[in-house]
Amino acid sequence: AAAMAVNADLRRERAAATFQPELLTHILDGGPERTRRRKEIEALVFNDPDFQHEDLNFLSRSQRYEQAIRKSSLMVMKLREYGIADPDEIYWFKSFVHRGRPEPLDLHLGMFLPTLLTQATPEQQDRFFMPAWNLEIIGTYAQTEMGHGTHLRGLETTATYDPSTQEFILNSPTVTSIKWWPGGLGKTSNHAIVLAQLYTQGQCKGLHAFIVPIRQLGTHEPLPGITVGDIGPKFGYDEMDNGYLKMDNFRIPRENMLMKYAQVEPDGTYVKPVSDKLTYGTMVFIRSLIVGDSARSLSRACTIAIRYSAVRHQSELKPGEPEPQILDYQTQQYKLFPLLATAYAFHFVGAYIKDTYHRINGDISKGDLSELPELHALTAGLKAFTSWTANAGIEECRMACGGHGYSRCSGIPDIYVTFTPSCTYEGENTVMMLQTARFLMKSYTQVTSGQQVTGMVSYLNDLSRQRIQPQHVAARTVTVRINDPTSLVEAYKSRAARLVESAAKNLQAELNHRKSKEDAWNRTSVDLVRASEAHCHYVIVKLFTDKLANVSDAAVRAVLTDLCLLYALFGISRNTGDFLQAGILTGAQITQVNQHVKELLAVIRPNAVALVDSFDFHDVHLGSVLGRYDGNVYENMFEWAKKSPLNKTQVHESFHKHLKPMQAKL
Amino acid sequence: SVNPDLASERQAASFSVEKLTALLDGGAEQTRIRRAVVEAVESDPEFSRENQYFQTQNERYESAVRKAVHLQKKMHEMGWTENGPEYKYIYRALSGDVAFLLHRVFMRSISVLGSDKQIAKWIPLATQHKLIGSYAQTELGHGTYLQGLETTAVFDTATQEFILNTPKISAMKWWPGDMGRSATHTVVFAQLYVHGKCYGIHPFIVQIRSLQDHSLCPGITAGDIGPKMNFEHIDNGYLLLKNVRIPRENMLSKFCEVRPDGTYVRQGSQKINYFTMTTVRISLISDEVLTPLMKACTIAIRYSVVRRQSKLKPGEQEAKILDYQTQQEKLLPQLAAAYAFHFINDYLQELFNRGYREIQKKNFDMLPELHALSSGFKAMITQHCTAGVEICLRACGGHGYSLLSGLPSLYTKILASCIYEGENTILLLQAARFLIKCFMAASAGQPVPPSVTYLAAVKHGKCPAKNKLDFLSPDIYTEAYQHVAVRLTGSTAAKLQDLIQSGVKKHDAWNQCTVQLVQAAKAHCHYIAVKNFAETVEKLETTAGIQKIMKHLCDLFALHGIFSNTGAFLHDGYTSAAQMDMVTASYLDLLAVIRKDAVPLVDAFDFTDKSLNSALGSYDGQVYQRLYEWAQKSPTNQMSPAYERYLKPLLHNTLSKL
Repeated sequence: AAAMAVNADLRRERAAATFQPELLTHILDGGPERTRRRKEIEALVFNDPDFQHEDLNFLSRSQRYEQAIRKSSLMVMKLREYGIADPDEIYWFKSFVHRGRPEPLDLHLGMFLPTLLTQATPEQQDRFFMPAWNLEIIGTYAQTEMGHGTHLRGLETTATYDPSTQEFILNSPTVTSIKWWPGGLGKTSNHAIVLAQLYTQGQCKGLHAFIVPIRQLGTHEPLPGITVGDIGPKFGYDEMDNGYLKMDNFRIPRENMLMKYAQVEPDGTYVKPVSDKLTYGTMVFIRSLIVGDSARSLSRACTIAIRYSAVRHQSELKPGEPEPQILDYQTQQYKLFPLLATAYAFHFVGAYIKDTYHRINGDISKGDLSELPELHALTAGLKAFTSWTANAGIEECRMACGGHGYSRCSGIPDIYVTFTPSCTYEGENTVMMLQTARFLMKSYTQVTSGQQVTGMVSYLNDLSRQRIQPQHVAARTVTVRINDPTSLVEAYKSRAARLVESAAKNLQAELNHRKSKEDAWNRTSVDLVRASEAHCHYVIVKLFTDKLANVSDAAVRAVLTDLCLLYALFGISRNTGDFLQAGILTGAQITQVNQHVKELLAVIRPNAVALVDSFDFHDVHLGSVLGRYDGNVYENMFEWAKKSPLNKTQVHESFHKHLKPMQAKL
Repeated sequence: SVNPDLASERQAASFSVEKLTALLDGGAEQTRIRRAVVEAVESDPEFSRENQYFQTQNERYESAVRKAVHLQKKMHEMGWTENGPEYKYIYRALSGDVAFLLHRVFMRSISVLGSDKQIAKWIPLATQHKLIGSYAQTELGHGTYLQGLETTAVFDTATQEFILNTPKISAMKWWPGDMGRSATHTVVFAQLYVHGKCYGIHPFIVQIRSLQDHSLCPGITAGDIGPKMNFEHIDNGYLLLKNVRIPRENMLSKFCEVRPDGTYVRQGSQKINYFTMTTVRISLISDEVLTPLMKACTIAIRYSVVRRQSKLKPGEQEAKILDYQTQQEKLLPQLAAAYAFHFINDYLQELFNRGYREIQKKNFDMLPELHALSSGFKAMITQHCTAGVEICLRACGGHGYSLLSGLPSLYTKILASCIYEGENTILLLQAARFLIKCFMAASAGQPVPPSVTYLAAVKHGKCPAKNKLDFLSPDIYTEAYQHVAVRLTGSTAAKLQDLIQSGVKKHDAWNQCTVQLVQAAKAHCHYIAVKNFAETVEKLETTAGIQKIMKHLCDLFALHGIFSNTGAFLHDGYTSAAQMDMVTASYLDLLAVIRKDAVPLVDAFDFTDKSLNSALGSYDGQVYQRLYEWAQKSPTNQMSPAYERYLKPLLHNTLSKL
C-alpha cells in the first residue's frame, strides 16, 4: 500500500496553489538551513530500525510504557553518539522518536537535570550530576500533591531538620499530601527532587527542594519508608508513568537539600536566599514552550482534517453532479480555515515569545529585570489563551472528520488527549488569566494615577486622555477598515482597553461596597478573565500583522495576509458583542465583517492543502490514516483495522465462552 | 462517613431533594421502580464495572458480551419484560456497558420495514437469540447522505436471488455495532438493481456468520474496525461482500417488493418509516446525552466543594474551589443546561407521542415540524451537552484527566452523539430549511405549524428592561431570544432571496448562506428551550421550594445564553450596551445564589456511586482516599517487564561507557 500514487484530488489541490509551500516552511522553521537540518534529523530517526514499532493504538498501556522506555534509552545514547546538543535539535529528535508524545524520561531530562544545574551547589553537582547524566540516577520533579496543585504555598509535605544526625526527615502527613502526578515517578525514577515545607529550629521556612533517593540502586525496589507507584490510567499519556510518592519518616542527609540559594547550616540555622525573581525566568520559558506546542498540535489536527476534507466526498451541492469534496461546503470551510489561520498566528506568537525570552535572558544575566514582570504576565495569559483555543480547535478538527475522526486511526484523538492537559499543567489556565489580569489592573491604576505604561499595555495610556467623556467609552469612534490588518489591530486594541477599563471599574465598585480586597477580586474575576482574553487576543492579532511586513516572497505574503485577515475578522465575528457594546463597530459593519469572512473562506480554499503541506509533518510523525500525504485513506484504513486486537483470531473467544452456551440454552 | 465539606452543603438545601428527584423521574412511583432496577443490577456482581478503567479492548468486549448474555437471565429472574415499566431503566443501570444494542435495531428495522411474513419468520429467532443481528448502513466512504451508498444488490431472476457486492473499497460497510465479532446476521442497505435498472437504496437481511461455528459465510469478509475514542466494549465492524447470494424473500418488503419475474412494486407510504428514523434521534437524548452531562455535573460539583485551593481571605483556610466565581461560571451554567434540556426532552417526547397517534390515524401534517424539531434539537442538545461535559472535565484540573475520575470516558462517549444519527451541521441545515420555508409562508400570510408561528409576528421594538432585576423576568428574556431568532431567520431568508434574484443558482445561494442558516437554526432551538423552561417553571408546584430553585436555574440558563452571545442581542440595537451590563450583573448575581444549592441540585439526579464510577464524585466525598486506593489496583503497579528488559541495563552499565 505504501507505493500507491497520490490521490487525484490531493494532486489537483497541490497543483492549484498560488505559492510555494517550501518557502512558507522555511519561514516557520526560521530559515532554509534550519528546515534542512530538521529534515536531516527527521530522516535519522525515521530511517532507524531501532525506532520502529507496531502501531501504538493496538498496544496496552503497559506495552506502550515499555516501548517508550525502550526508545528513550536508545534516544539518549544516539543523541550523544550523533553529538546533537542544540536544544531545538534535541527537541526535534525527541519529538520524532516519540511522535510528539510524552515519554518517561521527560522529567529527568527536562526538570531533574536543569534543576541540578541551576539550584545545586558545586559539591552537589559533583555528587549527582554526572551519575544523572549517565542515567545511573534517573530523577523526577515531585511538586504537585494529591490535594494541591497550582497554589504552591498549600503543599503539605514536610522536611524537618534533625541537627543531632544532620538529616532531614521527610513526611507525607496526610492523604492529600501524597505526591501525585509527577511524570516518571511511578516506575522509572530512582530519585526525585521533592518540594517540601522546611522546618528547622521549630519554624516553617516555606517550600524548598530536596534530592530524595526513592528506589534501591541495583534492585529498583522502593526504599524503606517510601511508598511509590503509578497513579493508574489517564485520558492520554499512556507512555508516561505519572506516579505517587508517600514518605514516612524518610531520612536524607543535610547535603541533599538544594542549597545554591537558601541553606540550612549543620546546627539548623537557616540562611535566606537573595532574590526569587529569577524563578520567573524558568516559568516564562516553559510557558513559551506551551504556546509553541499549541501551534504545533493545532497544525497537526488541521493537516489531518483539511487533507481528509479534500479526499472525502459527500452529498450533492449541485443537482445531478457527482458528490463534491466536503472541503467545498461553506460550513466545512467555516470550521477549518479559521483554525488554520489560528495555527499560523500561534506559530508566530510562539516564535516571538521565544525570541523575547532569549533577548531578556541576556538582560537578566546583566542584572536587568525590568522587562520580566510584563513578559511573565504576558506569557501566563498567552499560555492560557493559546492552549484553550488549540484544545477546542483540535476537537473541532476531529468533529469535522465525522465518524472516522472518532476512530483512533485518524490520529486526532491522540493529539487531543496528549495536548489537553496543557490547559492544566504549568499553571491552571483560569489562574493564569487572572495573573495577567493582575498586571493589567496594576497598569490601569498606574495610568489613572497619571503615570505612563510601556510595552504591550501602552494602549492603556490613551484611556486617560479620553477621561473627559466620563462613562461613555462608546462615544469614541475608530474608523475601522475591514480590509486592513493594521486597522483591525486598532479595533482589537480598543476592545482590550474597554474591557480592561470595565473590569477595573467593576473591581472598584465592589471595593466601594467595603468588601475585602480578596472578595472584591473574586466577585470581579469573570470580568477580569474577559479583560485578559481581550488583551491576549489583541497581542496575537498585532504580532501576526507585524509578521507580514517581514515576509519577502510576494505570493507567500499574499496568502499570509489572507490568513491574518481571516484570523482578525473571525475573532470579531465570534465576539461581536464586545465590539458592538463598546461602539467600536456598528451592526452594519458587523454584517460586513461576517460577509468578508465568508469571502475570505473562498479566497483561501484553493491554497488550503498547500497551507497545511507547509507545516511539513512527516506521515510517521502525523500518525494519521486520514491525514496521509498521499491521501489514500480508505485502503489504509482497511489495512489498519485488520491489525486490531479484536481481529487476532477469526472467531473471538467470546463466542465459545458466552454466545454459544446462550444459544444452546435458549 | 461523609466528608464534612460535602455534608455541610447538604444541610443548607433550599428545597426538597427527594421531591425534585421525583419531578425528574415523572413521579414518586417511577423513582421507586428506577431505584429497584438499579439496585437489582448493581447488587449483581456479574454487572460490576469495578475494573473497567484497567481493561483492554478485548477484555471490555468480552465483558459486554458476558453481560448481555447474563442480562437475559436476569430479566427472566426478575420478571422484567420489554414492555414493562422497568425496561427503560435497565440501560441506565448498566451505564450502557453491554453488547447487542444493534440487535435491537436489527429487530426494529425488521418490524418496521418487513412484511408480516418476514416479521413472523425473523422476530422469534431474534427474540430467542438464535441469531444475533446488526444494522449495516454506513460505508467507509459514505455516511449521512444515504443516496451515495455504493453496495449493490442485483436481482437474478434465474435463481430468484439477490447478489450482493461491495464494488470498491469505499463501499465497504464500516462502523456498524456488534458486527465486527458478534453478529450472525445484518440488515444491509444496498442499491437495488433489477434488469439493469437501479431502484435506489433498499434493506436486505444477510447472514454473515455460521450459526454452528461462527465462522464467516462464503463471500463475506468481516472484522472489527479497531480502537476508537470510546465504545471499546462494542465491536464496531467492517463488512465486505463478494457475490453473496440471498433468497428473494430476504429483501425487507413492507413498502417495496421485487416479484419473482423482476417486477418492482412500491406499496404503501414510507412516511411512517421516515418518522421512525426521526424518533430515534429524540429517544437517544435521555440516556446517551442528558445522563452523561448530569453525571459530569455531579462529579465536578461534588469535587469542587471537597477540593480546596488558595485562600480567598488571608488567614482563613484554603477556599473550596466552588467558591471562586470563575469556577461557578464554568459549572453552574452546565447544571442549568442539564435541567433545561431535561424539560425540553419531556416536551419533545410528549410532542412525538402525539405525532405518533396522529400518524397512526394517517394524518401526516405534523411530520415536517417533528422532523425539523428532532433534527435541530438533536444537534443543539448533543453539542451543548458535549461541550458541558468537557467543561466539567477541565474544571477538575489534573485529577479530571485521570480515567479514575470517570470524566474522560463520559466525554469520549457523549461526543460520539454529535455524529451518529445524523451529523450535527447537516441536521441544523435541515432544521433551517424548514425555518426558511415557514418564514416565507408566514410572510405571505399562510398558516404555519405552532412552533414557528412566532416568525410571523415580527415586532420592531426594543428591549424594555430598565434595571438588572428586569432581566429576571421570563417575559423580557424570552422575547429577546424570540427577537434574535426572528432576526437571524429573516435576514438569512432575505439574503437567500437577494442572491437568487441576482441570478445565483438556488443550490449555490444555499451553500453561500449555510453559515448563517446554522446560526438561525440554533437561535430557533435556543429560543424554544428557554421558552419551554420558563413555561415549565410557571406550572410547577410552589411547595417544597422546587419552583423557586427551578426559576433561578431557568434565569441562569437564559442569561448565560445572552452573556455568551452578546453580539446577537446587541446587533440591531434591540438590547443596548447599558442593558447588556445589566444582563452581566444579573447573571453574576445568580451564580452566587445557585452556588448555595449546587450540591443538592446534583444530588437530585440520584446517581449511585457505582453508576458514577468516579473517584472524585462519590456521595461521601472521600475523594483522596478513593483515588489512592483505586490507583493501587492499576495493572501498571504489578511489576512491569520494562524494568528487567530496559531500565536495568539503562541504569547499570549500558550508558556508562558513553
